[in-house]
Amino acid sequence: MNALTDPIINVGLGHFLALSAAMFCIGMAGFLTRRNVLVIFMSIELMLNSANLALAAFAWQRWDLTGQTFAFLVMVVAACEAAAGLAIILTLYRNRKTVKVDEFNLMKW
Amino acid sequence: MHEAAAHGAEAAMTLTGVETGYLILIPLLPLIGFAINGLGWLFARERWSRPVVNTIAVATVAGSFVLSVKAFFDLAGLEQGAYLVQNVFTWIDISPKLEGMSGLIAPFKLVFDRLTAVMCLVVTGVGGLIHLYSTGYMAHDKAFARFFAYLNLFTFAMLTLVMGGNIILLFVGWEGVGLCSYLLIGFWYEDPEKASAGKKAFVVNRIGDFGFLVGIFGILWLTHTLDFHEMQEWFHLNAADLAKYSFVGIPIATFIALSLFVGATGKSAQIPLYVWLPDAMAGPTPVSALIHAATMVTAGVYMIGRLNFIFINAPTAMMVVAGIGVATALFSATIGLTQNDIKKVLAYSTVSQLGFMFIAMGVGAFAAGIFHLVTHAFFKALLFLGAGSVIHGMSGEQDMRKMGGLKDKMPKTFWTMTMAWIAICGIAPFAGFVSKDEILWKAFSAGGGFGKLVYVVGLAAAVLTATYMTRLMYLTFFTPSRIDHEVERHVHESPWNMTVPLMALATLSVFGGFLNWPAALGGGAHFERWLAPIWVSTSGHAAHHGIAAVEYGLMGLSVGVALAAILLTRNLYLNHMAKTGEIAERAGWFYQASLNKYWVDEIYSAMVVEPIKTISWFFLFRVVDVNIVDGIANGIGNLTKRLAEAGKRLQTGVAQTYALYMALGLLAVLAYFFSFR
Repeated sequence: MNALTDPIINVGLGHFLALSAAMFCIGMAGFLTRRNVLVIFMSIELMLNSANLALAAFAWQRWDLTGQTFAFLVMVVAACEAAAGLAIILTLYRNRKTVKVDEFNLMKW
Repeated sequence: MHEAAAHGAEAAMTLTGVETGYLILIPLLPLIGFAINGLGWLFARERWSRPVVNTIAVATVAGSFVLSVKAFFDLAGLEQGAYLVQNVFTWIDISPKLEGMSGLIAPFKLVFDRLTAVMCLVVTGVGGLIHLYSTGYMAHDKAFARFFAYLNLFTFAMLTLVMGGNIILLFVGWEGVGLCSYLLIGFWYEDPEKASAGKKAFVVNRIGDFGFLVGIFGILWLTHTLDFHEMQEWFHLNAADLAKYSFVGIPIATFIALSLFVGATGKSAQIPLYVWLPDAMAGPTPVSALIHAATMVTAGVYMIGRLNFIFINAPTAMMVVAGIGVATALFSATIGLTQNDIKKVLAYSTVSQLGFMFIAMGVGAFAAGIFHLVTHAFFKALLFLGAGSVIHGMSGEQDMRKMGGLKDKMPKTFWTMTMAWIAICGIAPFAGFVSKDEILWKAFSAGGGFGKLVYVVGLAAAVLTATYMTRLMYLTFFTPSRIDHEVERHVHESPWNMTVPLMALATLSVFGGFLNWPAALGGGAHFERWLAPIWVSTSGHAAHHGIAAVEYGLMGLSVGVALAAILLTRNLYLNHMAKTGEIAERAGWFYQASLNKYWVDEIYSAMVVEPIKTISWFFLFRVVDVNIVDGIANGIGNLTKRLAEAGKRLQTGVAQTYALYMALGLLAVLAYFFSFR
């Protein structure tokens, strides 16, 4: 309500959400189409950050800090995940000499 | 009928139960024996001590006998119509939950009235003697512990049957004795023929039990009670209103009585369900004596006696009972004439004698029927035990054509069996004369052409009885020996524990008749008067006292024809043995029919067993089982398999495929929200 009527900042919740959705879709497209594990990993980070943006936007719109706090939590988890994920990728590479994701299909029927 | 009802009223009013504490011990002792010997057999097999088994088996039944005697004297000390009772525990209690619903209460209640007293003394007395005899007869069998366990279990079940205070408890005993009968007929189950004889007995009895159950349901529906005394009270109060109730157009009392009688034809081997009893001879001979002659097969007679207040209200059913009884008596006596297996002759004789008991029940001479039950238990048990002694001495040979001349080799067996022979032929003053003549006399004086017809046919059956029993005795004991030489060297008299029961039963067969020596011959008819309070209508039926001269004449006639039959048969087998073949030749088809038991087994097989087998094979197995049952089971399996085959292709092992599924799922959720919200 505030944001939409504010004369100085003519940017509203809808813009943030649109950006967030666009980031998420780009991340998802990258995740589904790329074969390099590292690029897929970056796509995941993109999707996480799109969620962070949505959280922050809602927090700003509602004047409620919970959403921002939550965004910090996501960042922490993302950092952990990055560490663990990179370690896994490193190990995968050592074993298979490749980072192409469609070659990792041992769990097939 | 009204007079009868009035007298029934008095009887019903004076019924008073006296609580006692020891009645439960009478059936419990054999059950304990069963538990000990049964566990001994389970854990030790033939290593279980033989003297211990024998002692426990005989002592428990003897203990029951002593307690029965005590109960008998306690009962004799009470006024007429009183009975001893013990409520052991509440067994079934379905209390009414709603207004207008009737509950169902069946306590484990033992009742010891005058009828039960008679049955208990016979079961434990004759049963005890047969237990003692078995210790000798089974002396060479390895599974003796199993045998005595079953025998004790049978005694327990039979005592439950006769002591049960309600019809459900009676039914428990009824099924219990049926089970023991099955177990003991198939005792030597290694022989498939013997095992299948047991199965046949069980299946045929099951058919009868169906009728019995229908009868029980009918009683419950009509009277809302299972307790014998309450039932009797109900019939006493509602006798006049009975005509109001009917089922599929049949008066309810007739319907119930006939259903119960179907049960009796199964258990007591009457036409058309008698076929199992001759086959039941596959069991050890003491079993034939105890279960298939003296006690279990008389359960149907006891049941009719116990429920006499129902049967007396169903004259049509009574006529059916008498008609089936007399038909069975004559029919099986004609088969008995030509059988060569000594036990088969006695088996058909048993069926025939049971027919006599049903004649008595059917003409309302309940006391005469029960008395014949008692004397028959004496002399038929004796005949079977004697036959067992012969078989034992002959190393297992049962064919009378291979016997002969055993009179001097087995004197004790011979003399005791002679007593039973004279008794069953109905020669005065032996036990069989008194009881059988009483039945024929009651049938004759029951009035109407039906009674006279029953008398004539019954007399013919009695003549045949004398004939086939004489044939059995002469073929076995008198005629020149036809025994194999190998067997002949081993022929020996049986040990004391087999001959003592024979002698005891011989004494009873000779003097048993004096328990109920008829008034016409200056006796007191004590047995009949002892049982009088049990029947609701004794006075009504005893009213038709016939003319004394006629009674004497009929007595003379039956003894005369029996004697004539004995002498003719004796002459034939002693002097003109060769002519027997010629007579058989002359009799032609009748001889063949009798020898082949009128092909009844074959007819039943063709009419019932084979159609069922055919339907089972071609419809139930080939169509229902293979196509429908297996089809459903296999179909479910195949369907699952096909679905899995198709579904497993989703699992590519590539993480991105799964991510794609998730994305598609997300899209689906979004689509749902946008299209339905």
